[in-house]
Amino acid sequence: MIRKLKKPVSITILLAIAIVSLLPLYWVFSTAFQLPSYQNEEMDRPVSYVESAPPKLYPVGITEYISQWQKKREAERAGDLEQAEVHGELMTEVREKSFGAFNRLFTRTPVMKWLFNSLYIAVLTTAIIVLIDTMAGYVLAKKDFPGKWIIFWVIISTMMIPEQVTLVPTFIIVQELQLFDTHWALILPNLALAFGVFLMRQFLLSIPDELIEAAKIDGASEWKIFYKIILPLARPAMATLGIFTFVLVWNAFLWPIIVINDVDLMTLPAGLKTLQDANLADFKFLMAGATVAAVPIIIFFLIFQRYFIKGLTMGGVKE
Amino acid sequence: MNSNPNLQPSNESVIMKKPTLWTKIKKNKVAYFFLMPKLIFFTIFMLIPIIWAFIISFQDRGVFTVDYVGFKHYFEAFQSPIFRAALWNTFLYTIVTVPAFIITALVIAALIQPLGSISQTFFRSAFYLPTVTSMVIIAMVWRWMYNYRFGLFNYIIGFFGFEPVNWLGQTSTALPSLMIMAILIPPGAGIIIYLAAMNNISPSLYEAAEIDGANSFQKFMKITIPMLKPTTLYLVIISTIGSFQVFTQIIMMTGGGPGYSTETLVHVIYKTAFRDFNFGLASAQSVILFLILMGFAIAQFKALRTDK
Repeated sequence: MIRKLKKPVSITILLAIAIVSLLPLYWVFSTAFQLPSYQNEEMDRPVSYVESAPPKLYPVGITEYISQWQKKREAERAGDLEQAEVHGELMTEVREKSFGAFNRLFTRTPVMKWLFNSLYIAVLTTAIIVLIDTMAGYVLAKKDFPGKWIIFWVIISTMMIPEQVTLVPTFIIVQELQLFDTHWALILPNLALAFGVFLMRQFLLSIPDELIEAAKIDGASEWKIFYKIILPLARPAMATLGIFTFVLVWNAFLWPIIVINDVDLMTLPAGLKTLQDANLADFKFLMAGATVAAVPIIIFFLIFQRYFIKGLTMGGVKE
Repeated sequence: MNSNPNLQPSNESVIMKKPTLWTKIKKNKVAYFFLMPKLIFFTIFMLIPIIWAFIISFQDRGVFTVDYVGFKHYFEAFQSPIFRAALWNTFLYTIVTVPAFIITALVIAALIQPLGSISQTFFRSAFYLPTVTSMVIIAMVWRWMYNYRFGLFNYIIGFFGFEPVNWLGQTSTALPSLMIMAILIPPGAGIIIYLAAMNNISPSLYEAAEIDGANSFQKFMKITIPMLKPTTLYLVIISTIGSFQVFTQIIMMTGGGPGYSTETLVHVIYKTAFRDFNFGLASAQSVILFLILMGFAIAQFKALRTDK
């Protein structure tokens, strides 16, 4: 009874909080499409809706385009072709100016390169990490060999160490290996992360030993056991590790701004920083860049959201 | 490999008696083979850097020379006003944001939990979405929202009759602005982890309390919160580590200014290492960061565990 009464109240509160928390993302998109320096037939000077006080809460181009379209139709009906053409031109102007920042972004900045770099680095790193962590996790969960516990604990104990501690030495190592300003500098250090080994080992502990023993009796080679038995069974944990690694690499910022100087080699977060450094006050342009960076990861999240939730709760439950 | 037939029998008899370390290693070479790729990357890019970081913190590194200077960089760090400001700001930021994270996550999770599965899924996603979005993007749009003349914030507080505030532009409000931002980004991971933990609490506990006439608030305070203690401990440690490493917002929104008002530890480490190229000092600073986080983790662990 009490629960039934309370439900609408809590939904209302939650909706309010959700609106507040999603507002910044909405504001990115809204500003990116906002109409800048625009003047229609009723205005005496151009107005920028990007920089207006009070701020416009939605892209004005949408309503302005519709109203110009209506005016054009009215003029056509009245037979005033000259006036209809004026409105037609304003419609084009509204459209071009609303999307203008994206045009400039795609033609004058390497944003497509950043997008591509981010994508392929994230995919490649994720693929390698999932493979090598599953291999390591399998052995640490199911095999008994000298040094196993030392190796396990040394790897696990680095999970708590903040990234900043290894920043300087890793930088020196990357320079010594002549990897500075290459994508290897972004890919290789991530392969050392301990989290995945821990996750895969914990998951694979639950696989019954009998399965592996049975395969061994059937004469399956070690590689075949891994390939035919372990990999299929480990799939849920691999998916979880994969999506979290993907997001981690995709959003990495501190390390990429240190080891990549060449603008064409940057990933999206680092690229956005150079974009902001060069256009500090052009917020429509900056938000257009932010939109290009935000949309792929939002789509990725919406597709895989189940796994995010599963993975988070998997990490919380220990042993 | 080692297939001298004459040695075979004697070798085998050794195995029968007591396998030596070497034979055990040889027997398990497949295991080492599976571990090898991870171990190589782990050694080069994790193990060596961690040990080396401590060593570099005692060094002065020139272009061609390396001198050992003892604890010089540690003294230097604590004497420098930027580092001290950063330490204080980071500490303040953590003290304010971590409790806020925990309380918001707990309250939102408690509100979501009784709902049906469709609305649960919807709200979980809505609150988690900002967490997946890059902090760079979030920082860029918040800088815009904090804009003095055209920003959303001054517009909103204008509704309530407040004068516009130069949020990021003055020492008195810059750090609080970053805290407000951190608090208003929903703690997506925290909510989901709390939700899972709440669903694990046995309903019989609540039924027993109901028989004793407890109201929902009492049930929340006396059952839910104590049962969630391990989860809370985990989240406090995780978010303390996260808050202590605050960096992206700083470099994208304030650059540590105005003055030193928003300098944080990681931003100072970054500047020391990669603008001044003072690797020794930067390593000392990062070792200090590490020790503080270790201390925090141990202290929190003890504090939340002992009063069971």
